[in-house]
Amino acid sequence: MKARSAALRAAVYAAAAITALTIVFLVGYIVVKGAPHLEPELFAPKYTTDNLSMLPAIINTALMTVSALLISGPVGVFAAVYLVEYASRSSRLARGVRLAAETLSGIPSVVYGLFGRLLFVAMWGLSLISGAFTLAIMTLPLIMRTAQEALLSVPDTYREGSFGLGAGKLRTVFAITLPAAAPGILAGFILSVGRIVGETAALIYTAGTVAEMPKNAFSSVRTLSVHMYVLSNEALYVNQSYATALVLMVLVIFINAGSNAIAKKLTIHSL
Amino acid sequence: MKDKVMRAVFLAAACVCIVCVALICVFLFVNGIPAIGEIGALRFFLGTRWKPGQGLYGIAPMILGSVYVTAGAVALGVPTGVLTGIFMARFCPARLHRLLGPAVSLLAGIPSVIYGFFGITVLVPAVRGLFGGSGKSILTASVILALMILPTIISVSEASIRAVPVHYYEGSLALGATHERSVFSAVVPDARSGITAGVVLGIGRAVGETMAVVMVAGNQPIIPRGILEGVRTLTANIVIDMGYATDLHRRALIATAVVLFVFILAINLLVSPGSRPAAK
Repeated sequence: MKARSAALRAAVYAAAAITALTIVFLVGYIVVKGAPHLEPELFAPKYTTDNLSMLPAIINTALMTVSALLISGPVGVFAAVYLVEYASRSSRLARGVRLAAETLSGIPSVVYGLFGRLLFVAMWGLSLISGAFTLAIMTLPLIMRTAQEALLSVPDTYREGSFGLGAGKLRTVFAITLPAAAPGILAGFILSVGRIVGETAALIYTAGTVAEMPKNAFSSVRTLSVHMYVLSNEALYVNQSYATALVLMVLVIFINAGSNAIAKKLTIHSL
Repeated sequence: MKDKVMRAVFLAAACVCIVCVALICVFLFVNGIPAIGEIGALRFFLGTRWKPGQGLYGIAPMILGSVYVTAGAVALGVPTGVLTGIFMARFCPARLHRLLGPAVSLLAGIPSVIYGFFGITVLVPAVRGLFGGSGKSILTASVILALMILPTIISVSEASIRAVPVHYYEGSLALGATHERSVFSAVVPDARSGITAGVVLGIGRAVGETMAVVMVAGNQPIIPRGILEGVRTLTANIVIDMGYATDLHRRALIATAVVLFVFILAINLLVSPGSRPAAK
């Protein structure tokens, strides 16, 4: 009896130790290898094959993120508004949308990439806008689901108070419900930013790999993750790859930490 | 008036999700199914050679490849993940949890290219050094994928163990069982359906992962004879050829995506009844 308990305890501790050591090693390795190579020329305003600057890629990433969220943000939030404020919970449409969102969130990113190539690239070529539409579809379920949860957590007394003061449904939505749900919606947006920044497979053949800042929405752009992939594939620029990996990792960690912080604040608030 | 317009706008937004799924399905199936017919279903699914130059489009090696690396990831990742989840729910001191919790969610956020890069710079040389060969193998891909599914399995396991009513544990203690015995015999069995859901989520992630696998698996479209041989997965097959494929080759890739899509749907369907924790 004692022996079995000890064995179970040992197994649990060993697994936790493996997990912890792996995380420390993975993150530590990128930091230790990357930090010494963070040279100023990696942030030169223009990319050349000599300096391998990641600054254009960082700017492209920001542009890509903003463009994708400009599309999926309003659609996702409005869809959530419809499902929470207008449709009945068990309506056929609500169930259909839920099923569709679940399906979308299960599709692997490479399938989005293929779909984007067939549809958007056929229309607009390898471009910022093709990539943005592809990623907009990819992030839509995440934004919709978080917005839905945030709206559901707004107490009904808020809505009743607004109606009681004579506001209409639409006014209640925009003046009361959405602002009250804003932190939760924002947390979903930031999670989506994290996904977009880390995405490669859906972008490499929709937005392309041109390492310059775009002239317009129809220019091909290389985001930081794609830049990272291209660099590490060429295998010649190991030091620069480490430095780029470090920047990418730190960026994503900060973004996710931001989302967690907002979500945590939200839960404390609602208690 | 304005109310009605905006209601229509909200409704339209809600329908976008459905339209997107329909569009993706139509694009995949309309292009993919005829391609399977043209290649011949048997030669597509059971063909062992993928040589687009010679008109050979057999995806059996890629189906097996996806199954192998996923099985490897499950074999390595699930025990570690579930036990770590148990640790975090029932063994972990609060102060350690404040460190380990964020560390696990950090692992979940790391982009797949970074996992892939870590794979080529650390794991591939390690596997090469230990076992010989090129180092790009089923084993390497499985280890990377196990790392990638770890946070999903840990967090879902932890959450479902925490959701078990505390009196199960207390009752077991009162009967004289040790802490470990109570956790493993009274608490964990009740969290089984949640843990299973986490494992299936992890499997879905492993099957769908592309870039990290492409970077470490070697990508030979050949049925591997051992875990130290290189392998190409369904996802890798799509991303490797997508850049230049045309005509039937391109449609064969779309058909590959159809297979992948059906795999993922089947995995998700498998879990959806169990994913809803039983009402208590």
